[in-house]
Amino acid sequence: MAMNYNSKDEVDGGPPCPPGGTAKTRRPDNTAFKQQRLPAWQPILTAGTVLPTFFIIGLIFIPIGIGIFVTSNNIREIEIDYTGTEPSSPCNKCLSPEVTPCICTIDFTLEKSFEGNVFMYYGLSNFYQNHRRYVKSRDDSQLNGDSSALLNPSKECEPYRRNEDKPIAPCGAIANSMFNDTLELFLIGNDSYPTPITLKKKGIAWWTDKNIKFRNPSGAESLEERFKGTTKPVNWLNPVYMLDSDPDNNGFVNEDFIVWMRTAALPTFRKLYRLIERKSDLHPTLPAGRYYLNITYNYPVHSFDGRKRMILSTISWMGGKNPFLGIAYIAIGSISFLLGVVLLVINHKYRNSSNTADITI
Amino acid sequence: MGDTGGRRGAQRGRKAQPGRAGKYELRPKGPAGMGSLSHGEDFQDGNENTAFTWDVKANNQAYNWQFKEKVFLCWHRQKYKTNVIRTAKYNFFSFLPWNLYEQFHHVSNVYFLLIIILQGIPEISTLPWFTLFAPLVCLIVIRATRDLVDDIGRHRSDRAINSRPCQVLVGKSFVWQEWKNLCVGDVIRLSKDSIVPADLLLLASTEPSSLCYVETADIDGETNLKFRQALMVTHQELTSTRKMASFQGRVTCEEPNSRMHQFVGCLEWNGKMYPLDIGNLLLRGCKIRNTDTCYGMVIYAGCPSVTCGLPIPSWCRAGSPAPARVPAAPSPAHPPPHAAPQIFLLLVVMSTALAMSFGLWMREFKDRHHYLWILYQGGVALESFFIFWAFLILLSAMVPLAMFIMAEFIYLGNSIFINWDQEMYYAPLDVPAKARSTSLNDQLGQVEYIFSDKTGTLTQNILTFKKCCIDGHVYGPDSESRTPKGNPYLWNQFADGKLRFHNEKLLRIVRAKRDKVVREFWRALAICHTVMVQEKDSERPDLPVYQAASPDEEALVTAARNFGYVFLSRTQDTITLMELGEERVYQVLAMMDFNSTRKRMSVLVRNPEGTICLYTKGADTVILERLHRKHSAKLSTEEALAAFAKETLRTLCLAYKEVDEATYKRWHQRHQEASVLLQNRAQALQEVYNKMEQNLKLLGATAIEDRLQDGVPDTIKYLKKASIKIWVLTGDKQETAVNIGFACQLLSDNIHILEEKEIVHILEACSKCSSNPLTKKGFPKFPPHIKLAMVIDGDFLDKLLLSLRKEPRALIQNVEADDSRQEPWEAVRDFLRARGLSMLWQNFGVQQTPTKSKDSKTRESPEVQRERAFVDLASRCQAVICCRVTPKQKALIVALVKKYHQVVTLAIGDGANDVNMIKTADIGVGLAGQEGMQAVQNSDFALGQFCFLQRLLLVHGRWSYMRVCKFLRYFIYKTLAITMTQIWFAFYNGFSAQPLYEGWFLALFNLLYTTLPCLYVGLFEQDVSAQQSLQMPKLYVAGLKGELFNYWVFLQAIAHGTATSLVNFFMTLWISWDTAGPCSFSDYQSFVVVVALSGLLCITMEVILIVKYWTVLFVVAIVLSLSFYGVMTYVTQSYGLYQISPKTFSFLYADHNMLSCPSTMLVILSNVTLNTLPVLALRMICQTLKKPYPKEEAEEEAPTEEIFTVEPIPHLHRGSCGRRSSYAFSHYEGYADLITQGTILQRPQEVSSELESDSPVTSEEELLLRPNSSCWHFRKLSLGRLRHHQGEVSFEEMKPSSAMSSSSSVDRQSAVNSDNQGSPTKKLPAAMNRASGSFQKLQMVKKRPLSPKQRPPLPENLLSTKEGSVPLPKERALPKKHQLSLPESQPQPSATKPLPLGQTLWGSQTESSEEKLSPVSTSVPLGESQPYISPKEPHASKEGTVVETLPGTEESSL
Repeated sequence: MAMNYNSKDEVDGGPPCPPGGTAKTRRPDNTAFKQQRLPAWQPILTAGTVLPTFFIIGLIFIPIGIGIFVTSNNIREIEIDYTGTEPSSPCNKCLSPEVTPCICTIDFTLEKSFEGNVFMYYGLSNFYQNHRRYVKSRDDSQLNGDSSALLNPSKECEPYRRNEDKPIAPCGAIANSMFNDTLELFLIGNDSYPTPITLKKKGIAWWTDKNIKFRNPSGAESLEERFKGTTKPVNWLNPVYMLDSDPDNNGFVNEDFIVWMRTAALPTFRKLYRLIERKSDLHPTLPAGRYYLNITYNYPVHSFDGRKRMILSTISWMGGKNPFLGIAYIAIGSISFLLGVVLLVINHKYRNSSNTADITI
Repeated sequence: MGDTGGRRGAQRGRKAQPGRAGKYELRPKGPAGMGSLSHGEDFQDGNENTAFTWDVKANNQAYNWQFKEKVFLCWHRQKYKTNVIRTAKYNFFSFLPWNLYEQFHHVSNVYFLLIIILQGIPEISTLPWFTLFAPLVCLIVIRATRDLVDDIGRHRSDRAINSRPCQVLVGKSFVWQEWKNLCVGDVIRLSKDSIVPADLLLLASTEPSSLCYVETADIDGETNLKFRQALMVTHQELTSTRKMASFQGRVTCEEPNSRMHQFVGCLEWNGKMYPLDIGNLLLRGCKIRNTDTCYGMVIYAGCPSVTCGLPIPSWCRAGSPAPARVPAAPSPAHPPPHAAPQIFLLLVVMSTALAMSFGLWMREFKDRHHYLWILYQGGVALESFFIFWAFLILLSAMVPLAMFIMAEFIYLGNSIFINWDQEMYYAPLDVPAKARSTSLNDQLGQVEYIFSDKTGTLTQNILTFKKCCIDGHVYGPDSESRTPKGNPYLWNQFADGKLRFHNEKLLRIVRAKRDKVVREFWRALAICHTVMVQEKDSERPDLPVYQAASPDEEALVTAARNFGYVFLSRTQDTITLMELGEERVYQVLAMMDFNSTRKRMSVLVRNPEGTICLYTKGADTVILERLHRKHSAKLSTEEALAAFAKETLRTLCLAYKEVDEATYKRWHQRHQEASVLLQNRAQALQEVYNKMEQNLKLLGATAIEDRLQDGVPDTIKYLKKASIKIWVLTGDKQETAVNIGFACQLLSDNIHILEEKEIVHILEACSKCSSNPLTKKGFPKFPPHIKLAMVIDGDFLDKLLLSLRKEPRALIQNVEADDSRQEPWEAVRDFLRARGLSMLWQNFGVQQTPTKSKDSKTRESPEVQRERAFVDLASRCQAVICCRVTPKQKALIVALVKKYHQVVTLAIGDGANDVNMIKTADIGVGLAGQEGMQAVQNSDFALGQFCFLQRLLLVHGRWSYMRVCKFLRYFIYKTLAITMTQIWFAFYNGFSAQPLYEGWFLALFNLLYTTLPCLYVGLFEQDVSAQQSLQMPKLYVAGLKGELFNYWVFLQAIAHGTATSLVNFFMTLWISWDTAGPCSFSDYQSFVVVVALSGLLCITMEVILIVKYWTVLFVVAIVLSLSFYGVMTYVTQSYGLYQISPKTFSFLYADHNMLSCPSTMLVILSNVTLNTLPVLALRMICQTLKKPYPKEEAEEEAPTEEIFTVEPIPHLHRGSCGRRSSYAFSHYEGYADLITQGTILQRPQEVSSELESDSPVTSEEELLLRPNSSCWHFRKLSLGRLRHHQGEVSFEEMKPSSAMSSSSSVDRQSAVNSDNQGSPTKKLPAAMNRASGSFQKLQMVKKRPLSPKQRPPLPENLLSTKEGSVPLPKERALPKKHQLSLPESQPQPSATKPLPLGQTLWGSQTESSEEKLSPVSTSVPLGESQPYISPKEPHASKEGTVVETLPGTEESSL
């Protein structure tokens, strides 16, 4: 780097003091920084310091792991695949596109009652919501209620930008491919009279998404008016302002829509569908018993070998059922312990090494 | 330094031949009217060689401005520029475009620009635009700022220089003006110690004969005075300001060029042409010395801006800013900037693989994923092609753009630490260490070979009188306690107090004057030497200042002076001493000078009493065998000599004898005969000398200490312990060099020294068994535990390394690299770009070379094999000493080692003769010594002392290397840990090149989140303290072996990075697999946040573990980095920005949502722990298993003893039998040499001819030349005589005759008898005449010194003559003096004589001159100039020119 170039030096002959005899010497300052003598702590990794660390980490991680594992195991979860590819499945009939609307019903039994709030998910597999073009195919401005973007969606939405010369709202492939099965849950009581389980539609999306990121176009008129001039996505049955009857859950702020728009990271994913709120401490939210799931089968997945599932799950402080984290913690704790032992043995055997010549990186 | 001068001189002479030969002919013929036609022809000849297109008229701006030069198409501009220099590259307007242009000249910048452009294509755009744009902009802004700061500094210094004052002739008077206002054709006045503002034609000076002394330290680094001389005609005519103002000379010459030592031009004035050469020119940047005032006319002004790449006048070249050397030869140590392309290649491969996967995947799934395939309109091939580019963009983060700029900062920072180091500050000279090149710090930690100059580098180049032995009694310095407090030499008014030798006893004896031997001893020291006296304006002007050819002599004469035997002055045949207050004048009868075969010097004098005495000093071997008979003191003196030698002192024997008159008469006769011999004169003279130097009486011996610099032995000891091989390359003689080798512990008694015969033997053996390469390797003769050293000299090298001489490619490339400075910035930067990875490539190179060499071995020529064998052998040696090597050879040796061993070499030196070497080596270190600044200016590191090298290498070098290695390793780890996850992610998103990270995270990751810890590692990390580094040189070996960064470490870093990315990605993936709900991170944004944060924390954790030097700064760096993450994440995910551009800031509150979940924290914690623990454990295990360093000392000593006993050293004559005696006249001389020779020229014949023996090596050459020159001489003179008879002789006409004995300028010749004589003479006058003032006084001033003391009447004569008219008396006076001296001292006139004689023709004494002319023409005594032919005479640059032009001149005249 030519940074230190000083043409003056070269013209005047450089270091030997200029004839002017300036009293100023060029002795470098004697500061700790310039002399690289800053007070420092030089941590040398010795057996004495490292070994306890390993054991301590082991001791901390294993209990945490056990805790997580137990918590995760206490979570009740039931998963019902209703794709209907098997001929025996009640939904098998819905595979053919002619049957519209196709409603199928799947029976299942809860062995144990589900306490507390129960989450109802739908799960899709082999569905690439993380595909690059797919992920990009949306217009956040439009979803944020920007009126100009509403009528003139971003180019990213192509080829779901306009339909029949009208801008699509919401535009893009993500919105277009929104999950549109309807799931209903019924408890088959002893009296053989099925009780519908109340499924709460709201509260399934992130608060920030619902209240900040997604907004309907502003205006005092009805939602339909505000979406005037736009058309529904190609695959949709209804326009966006008819997703729900509740005006707080309609249009862009429809939570099912918001959840769908928060794309999954991986091709097999679940999305929250409904909440089943606990009614009281006395009664379990979902008592053990027989249930049937009523499915309005709209969403085609068999073309790409996808699966559709319905999942019911209770939750804990750390979310849904997740055995892996607990196992991971236990494993890390054990590894740490093991490494500690190995180090102890090695250190015991080769104690002669000195640490002064320690120049490993 | 001397060598350079000599070489340069010789070169100059050679180069000048073709152009000049013709020109010198033209001169005499033209004005003489012998043929105006031929004049014209000659002139055209000159034109053919060098087009004289530069036309300047003095004091005539209108004329000068009329010249235009074509710039572009029909647009013309002023041809001659003003004297403004512009080293600055930019101005206000050009900065932005020009700088940007330069920056985008770069591969990596262009690459990133291309990526950014590609990103604009929606089909392949994977990353948001800012992700790559932000770092690139930062990079460019930082670089531009740096360039701007540099340039502002240059502007400032330009302004300072441009506004320097100088006196310019305006109208009829000189007025002060700024430099920048000078124009071509201006006449300016310069006074003493001022700097020459432009390239000037010297018109006149206040010194006699218009000599002007300049110091060219700023141009070529040589501090010795050089002289320039005005043309005689201008000197005579331009004697007043008025005449100056009316001066209308017109100079035609070549265009400004870069040949600093060559100039051909012509002055046309009053209808006559006068040739000009470099001797008439004052180059810009020179300093006027010892000259009160001089006048010059500007020929070349200004300095074309460096950027426009025009040929530039001398000054600019010297000052042109190219501090960092650019290694042009692509050696593994300096890889060309293909580091980035190689990474890029890797990138392409990976992208291709991924794109192909995409193609396969797409083929299979195309028709199924209906929700996707509508987005892909193109066919499989096209989409795969797009995906390829998409991945290329996505993974471009792998090319560590930030690494380059950070590496620059780290290199710069480490350099600044070097500059700041107080321990490397040399207080006496006020010189701190300075890293001039900031790109080589890491290599300082890997130096394997040090090539060191000796004089001034290992030694102080200060020789001190240490001990003496007089008549068998040894007088050493008194012990400290007995040393008197005050100066014991106060009684002596001439004592200069420099002598540190105090011996009261000796002083008493000396002052008692009773002991004859002691008296003669000091007298011998005061008489027998070639020292010149020069008086300087010091605080004590009455004290003589000595100018000695060699520091040895000066030390001896100074010692004598302090002991009361003061050498006061010398004339051509007298020496005046002040012996203990009594002034005595000795008449010098003969001076038998030193040369390397004679190893002695003698002076034959007649003392005031009339007795003739011979004083001799020389090497003990030669003196002792010439002693009269068994001396009483001989034995004890020999013992003393042995003792001196043991102390590594340089010894010298002194002897004398009295010669009776008859013997002298006889001898003198023979001497005369010998000195006029045409053939074998040198030999004959030596025989004559030898005759005289017999039967001597031993006076005693002196011991001079060539003082090593402080701490040199220790430094060398430690450097050797660090496995660094030290080679000493010196121009000195073998004895001196070996002596110093022992003194500085480079050699020791238990080292087996290989000498030339042995080396040849081994090499032959090697070439014989070369068919079997296995045996060749081991040098079977020497078991590996024997320590070897090698002492060779330059001639041997020359013979040995034929091929290197034939095709010194490496060297040439290096040298050319320095010349090609059109774009130094560019090159430096390009190089820097690669520097970051240099070590990587270097280590690859080391591993590659063995295989490569094996392959090529079959095809190697014998020369190459021999060279390789030699280098292999040399590298087996602990120390190698090369003596008598020229600067070029020094560089060749370095190049040789570099060629065969891919190692880092370091060259250290202090003088101009080391410049080649310094430039050739990977690292050049210049010592800011007394020898000028050139070494420093060409170096990468400037130090004050040799011993600082220890700290520079062992502390700073090691640190830098360690820091850079750690930095590189960490950076690679960090980059991979982050970017590899993108690839893993590709497997889960259908190879669609979906980026895993948020754009802002990627953009800021390298810029903010991890930069500070990286910089900390590169700048402040210390694994061991400075003290420990110094105490344990073995630690340095890690650098030599490239342990800290090599293939293995590189792979480790890659593996580690990959592991981290795997853990982060898959742990997160498995935990989040098929989950959803409040705290799940199964959605893309949350997933990304978790992976990114895990990665960042892992990386931070890693740096915490690797840093071994925790200071507040480190904590600050870590905290700042993490808080940067916090702040920037908060900002980029805030609603405010989201509203502005949802697409750019799409991760609205993603972190906020994720981090508010405890389980997320648990995941991140598990990721970090899982990454850190195994690595930590592995390191612990490695560290525990690592073998401690072997105990060095004990192991080293044991076997060496064995060697000493097993294999006695046959050829090393040391110890009791052999002395390291050295008649240690350094073989190169300073300008004192010039003086000496010049002075001698003025002396009687026999003295001057002695000098011939000075160059025995070239005697053949000499002989060849002699007849030619004599013929020529004869012809010329007779021609002159002929014309004289015709009565048409003019002053000019006679000049050719002088041309042969002097340098090129004819006018100069006539002014001073000869050039050689001229400059030295001036020293004398300068000394004598302290108040040389006005122009008119000059002539008499000049005469005075020439007048010998024995002939008092002469000065009076001169004084009377000078009363006459101004120009003429001088001419007349000179010959007169010579005439007077001629008959008396020598029957045969010297070669210089013809000139004055010729001039006398012009005067009144035609008759006598006639008489003298004939002997001249027959005797052909060109002897005086002969010695200067010798290329071994380094400083005879002037003389070299002279003589070498002769044949050419002759040819053209015939």
